Amino acid sequence: MNPGALRGGRFDTRLEARRRAGVRFMWLCRLAVAFGVASLVVLLVSLAADGLPALSFEFLASYPSRFPERAGIRSAILGSAWMLALVAVMSFPLGVGAALYLEEYAPTNRFTTLLKTNIANLASVPSIVYGILGLAVFVRFLALERSLLAGAATLSLLVLPIVNIAAREAIRAVPDSLREAAYALGATRWQAIRHHVLPAAMPGILSGTILGLSRAGGETAPLLVIGALTFIAFDPLSPMDPFTALPIQIFNWTTDPRGEFHALAAGAIVVLLGVLLMMNAAAILIRNRFER
Amino acid sequence: MRKSEPGSASRVGERLIGALLFTSGALSIVATVGIVVVLLTESLGFFAEVSPVEFLAGTRWSPDLVPRSFGILPLVNGTLLVAAGSALIALPVGLATAIYLSEFASIRTKRTVKPALEILAGIPTVVYGYFAVTLVTPVLRTLFPEVGVFSAASAAIVVGIMILPMVSSLSEDALSAVPGSLREAAYGVGATRFEVATRIVVPAGLPGIAASFILAISRAIAETIVVTLAAGATPGMTLDLLRSIQTMTAYIVQVSLGDAPSGSIEYRTLFAVGLLLFLITLALNLLSQRMTTRFRESFR
Repeated sequence: MNPGALRGGRFDTRLEARRRAGVRFMWLCRLAVAFGVASLVVLLVSLAADGLPALSFEFLASYPSRFPERAGIRSAILGSAWMLALVAVMSFPLGVGAALYLEEYAPTNRFTTLLKTNIANLASVPSIVYGILGLAVFVRFLALERSLLAGAATLSLLVLPIVNIAAREAIRAVPDSLREAAYALGATRWQAIRHHVLPAAMPGILSGTILGLSRAGGETAPLLVIGALTFIAFDPLSPMDPFTALPIQIFNWTTDPRGEFHALAAGAIVVLLGVLLMMNAAAILIRNRFER
Repeated sequence: MRKSEPGSASRVGERLIGALLFTSGALSIVATVGIVVVLLTESLGFFAEVSPVEFLAGTRWSPDLVPRSFGILPLVNGTLLVAAGSALIALPVGLATAIYLSEFASIRTKRTVKPALEILAGIPTVVYGYFAVTLVTPVLRTLFPEVGVFSAASAAIVVGIMILPMVSSLSEDALSAVPGSLREAAYGVGATRFEVATRIVVPAGLPGIAASFILAISRAIAETIVVTLAAGATPGMTLDLLRSIQTMTAYIVQVSLGDAPSGSIEYRTLFAVGLLLFLITLALNLLSQRMTTRFRESFR
């Protein structure tokens, strides 16, 4: 039957046309979803195609070089590992400490609200601004030069709000009954936190910290600004040594007009993404494991 | 049960721990004050030599070529050009994705698409930069022979893909937060699924959607690596996406790659440009936060 025949009087519902408009709109939305998913697929496939052939033991074990066939990412891997370890050491205690203060100790007053809004805003400060801060304070003022320590301190400031926000969420999720039970048995505030709140919140805190670290591991801009784009053909042995890191090495090779170095960049990206994805997977696993 | 004895030693320990935790909390204030002080002091040195009017209204940026000129508008132009181009991709596509996921998709589709978008969100910017240089730019150059090694379009496309997951996931949160009763009421008076989605759910979620848009644009303005690698280092007043431009962030990288000595005017431009970037993104983030709070309150 012709749907137009149903039209008439005041009840002009035009159902068929409205239904068709809906279907068209849904396909438009599907197209949008397909665009996002396709971008991811193209990105991963082209990276695998460019990068996997570059991977070899020599590539992982060699220093950077002017000659693409001899160049590798040994110093970049070591630099990134040092960097992540130092950032973890600095950002974990500070981020969790601040979270404990805000959730367990802080009175409800203006200063506490100020702290919380301040941290939320710090989380959205552009990473390159942290680089400028690091350059002025750590590299020049404290004269740490272009050392691992200067880089790690800069990145720690960057990930502190992330660790802090995740830790606060985890601590807030611990039921008050646990605290009250501890207090009822005569525990002091710190004893209740140390023995009950922290263990219960630890999975959430750890997964948040790992996510923060994976962010630090992929950051390039702040390290460029503090001057880390240098040729490093030795192993960093102490926090005061100059360094390179995987993102820096990738940036460097991508800017090279010679195509051979693009393949090396892709190889380094495969390594970097592999590590970061494993860290993210670990974070999700930890959270799911302990979450009920 | 020695632990629970309220001895004076443990009381001192308690207070010490409280003080330590307070200190780590207060560190965030120190970081903020540090950012502001660093940006302001060096910028003041800059503005002692260059008038703020020349800086904010000048249309020629050439800090190292004589005659020197410090008009930041070309850098702002480049930044906004890339941000607008990326918004053109990310806002409609992200919103459509959010509508689909929240209103149309089956749970199974949701379970595959959301993690895929999360992966996209977790990829470091330098990888996107590589993507722009090795894949997007060559494609653009085949389509438009006049495109050079650097173009605003290449950066805009890739930044658009980069901020897409932010738009889709935050907008979806906003749409999902719209109470089901609103949808049911609309179905009750005979609306189709399409009409419920576009005339009820989207308008109701609009403040949250707007917040996600603003946040994504702020992220595009702050983006550094993709624009440095793909958009080039040619500051200019142009709206032509196919040309090479320079953004504020790319300029900051350019100066820091050179070895500008402390106290030189070149070193100080870094802080003046950084200050402007910081203020722009701060304003956008505060605006977005306000939108989100208002949105939450409207459904309380």
